[in-house]
Amino acid sequence: MERDARVCVMGEDVGHYGGSYKVTKDLANKYGDLRVLDTPIAENSFTGMAIGAAMTGLRPIVEGMNMGFLLLAFNQISNNCGMLHYTSGGQFTIPVVIRGPGGVGRQLGAEHSQRLESYFQSIPGIQMVACSTPYNAKGLMKAAIRSENPVILFEHVLLYNLKERIPDEEYVLNLEEAEMVRPGEHITILTYSRMRYHVMQAAKTLVNKGYDPEVIDIRSLKPFDLHTIGNSVKKTHRVLIVEECMRTGGIGASLTAAINEYFHDYLDAPVVCLSSQDVPTPYAGTLEEWTVVQPTQIVTAVEQLCR
Amino acid sequence: MAIWLRRSRSLAHYLKAEIGFWKVPNQRSFLNPCFFNPENSSSTTLTGENYGNPASFLGNSPTLFGSRRFESIKSGREELDLEYENSGHQNQAMDFPGGRISFTSEMKFISESPRERIPCYRVLDYDGLPIMHSSFVEVSKEEALKMFSSMVTLETMDTILYEAQRQGRISFYLTSIGEEAINIATAAALTPHDVVLPQYREPGVLLWRGFTLQEFSNQCFGNKADYGKGRQMPIHYGSNKHNYFTVSSTIATQIPQAVGAAYSLKMDKKDACVVTYFGDGGTSEGDFHAGLNFAAVMEAPVVYICRNNGWAISTPVSQQFRSDGVVVKGKAYGIQSIRVDGNDALAVYSATRAAREMAITEQKPILIEMLTYRVGHHSTSDDSTKYRPVDEIEHWKTARNPISRFRKWVDKNGWWSDKDESELRVNVRKQLLQAIQVAEKAEKPPISNLFTDVYESLPSNLCEQEELLRESIKRHPQDYPSDVPV
Repeated sequence: MERDARVCVMGEDVGHYGGSYKVTKDLANKYGDLRVLDTPIAENSFTGMAIGAAMTGLRPIVEGMNMGFLLLAFNQISNNCGMLHYTSGGQFTIPVVIRGPGGVGRQLGAEHSQRLESYFQSIPGIQMVACSTPYNAKGLMKAAIRSENPVILFEHVLLYNLKERIPDEEYVLNLEEAEMVRPGEHITILTYSRMRYHVMQAAKTLVNKGYDPEVIDIRSLKPFDLHTIGNSVKKTHRVLIVEECMRTGGIGASLTAAINEYFHDYLDAPVVCLSSQDVPTPYAGTLEEWTVVQPTQIVTAVEQLCR
Repeated sequence: MAIWLRRSRSLAHYLKAEIGFWKVPNQRSFLNPCFFNPENSSSTTLTGENYGNPASFLGNSPTLFGSRRFESIKSGREELDLEYENSGHQNQAMDFPGGRISFTSEMKFISESPRERIPCYRVLDYDGLPIMHSSFVEVSKEEALKMFSSMVTLETMDTILYEAQRQGRISFYLTSIGEEAINIATAAALTPHDVVLPQYREPGVLLWRGFTLQEFSNQCFGNKADYGKGRQMPIHYGSNKHNYFTVSSTIATQIPQAVGAAYSLKMDKKDACVVTYFGDGGTSEGDFHAGLNFAAVMEAPVVYICRNNGWAISTPVSQQFRSDGVVVKGKAYGIQSIRVDGNDALAVYSATRAAREMAITEQKPILIEMLTYRVGHHSTSDDSTKYRPVDEIEHWKTARNPISRFRKWVDKNGWWSDKDESELRVNVRKQLLQAIQVAEKAEKPPISNLFTDVYESLPSNLCEQEELLRESIKRHPQDYPSDVPV
């Protein structure tokens, strides 16, 4: 916002309240009430507003108080945001960033535990990225803001409290690049967002058991970084996908299809995908825990795949 | 003490008015089940007055006095209102989130329909004569002639392109017949810097701004010269250099987008406003309500123009909303609004000019409801004679035609003649037919346009998909249209 006067934020309670997860804390004090705009409760409409503003030259960042609420903005996102650059023949660009906390939290209830990346992945014209660490959050956010394409940036409700030392100076990450978290030889584990941490936890156990997993945080959900993923598959010949999406129609489902299509010859075993079940997220703590892939399940899956 | 007396006095007066009528021989009206019946659909007050819906009361009352009683109570009520208003100011007001409200101890529901519908602003009568004492913005001869010839051009363009669709030369079309005054007069009242977000029945605005007949035809034929690169169906015009946002088929989505565009203008402190159009049907969409609400809250300089043409495909306004049209909705959102005779070009022009001024200088939204009639079918996919009478359509096409009405005014000023008229029509027709021929013969956009502009630059998956498509085409050249370049 400092660097470019056209960047503005709009959403519910993003102003002096600082946002539901305090992502926009103090920005209103610094940049004023107009640039950090509190909107009435109408997701389709403030997303529409951002689109109109973008078409007129601003670079708005739309915050969904919880990503799940952006389901109300589906019409604007699909029919206008993703489309208008194309249907206007390139005359109008829509450099919006749509972001917010999503994923399964701690007992937030089904409506506040949506994984929108599943629903939005088909929309032509939008890009999707998921951040998972303070380091990549900063880099991806900057990249998303500077991109001329509409970008949906998926943050996770449970990752806001992570602490990490990151460079003060500016850096911009590539929106289409995956991140090599742990190089290895035996198996490629593809994951993103919060599941990265479950995978890394499982990796510790796996290393103790003598396995050498290669962990890649795919980061770019649309399009997939098939270059990095491909190189890994060619090396390890075994793929495990660990995601938080539901089994049906999730990111894992699309990724499985892509890997099968492009790297079939390199696979020594079928691609295994660990996802959440096709159920609304229950409120009860234990039930909720078991609707999300757990490290023990990841360990078991790797052991089975590497047999 | 004094206050109480005042109130009770008026109560006595009120009761007297009621009692007076109950001296009517048919005492049954008092015992009439309709006003003590909570199931009665209209709102009834504590005193049994069937305020909002005299008809149903009449229906139940065996006497004629039902309506007269209603009348007197009406005036009695008015006085009562004043009394309460005055006493209210002297009473304590209460602080609530949102402000100070004075209270009343009488439980009274606001009627769902006003006694009278909001009148519509009008300048010219059907003979093209300015109505006495009408206030309007003067229009110069040059301006008036430009407006008139644009209206004629729009009508001609619509007629010919509609026919072109019927002949199978283009795939789809929709006309603005009957709404030429709204199209052109609103456009004339704006400056080229004002950003326009259309619904889809406002090509006249683009025409006014200089979009040529050739450019219109190119878009309809989806050829290489189309600014949309052949990606949208006909009438989905868009031109950033004319500040006219590309038409998106979705209804009312442009309404909140207009707020965003206005927000942008506000940030840049530009001397311009945003104008967005929608129909009566569009006001039912959620985006309309949220968009207007946003505009009011954000003090956005947007002029909202509702083309209330009576029909949303086959749905008449009586099935679209139960309010007094669209103008009353402005008040609900805290927006100044006006109702205008949409077939009166001068009224439309004046109201739009005034609205624009207010929107920019006072930084707030304005709502204009323009009453008109959709003379044409909804589109080429519709035959409106199936759901509305042909003579109704004819009436609006002829007797209520906005172009002929404006023509009469222009004629009376001595600015136009029959000869000018026929020359203009012949010229426009010729130009348009020529443009259509050129557009039809022009090359179609190449296949690469299928993949470009989805993103700023082609991502790998689209590159690949394009390659696959090209391979397919090479393999089956006979299945690929010969007039589309690869």
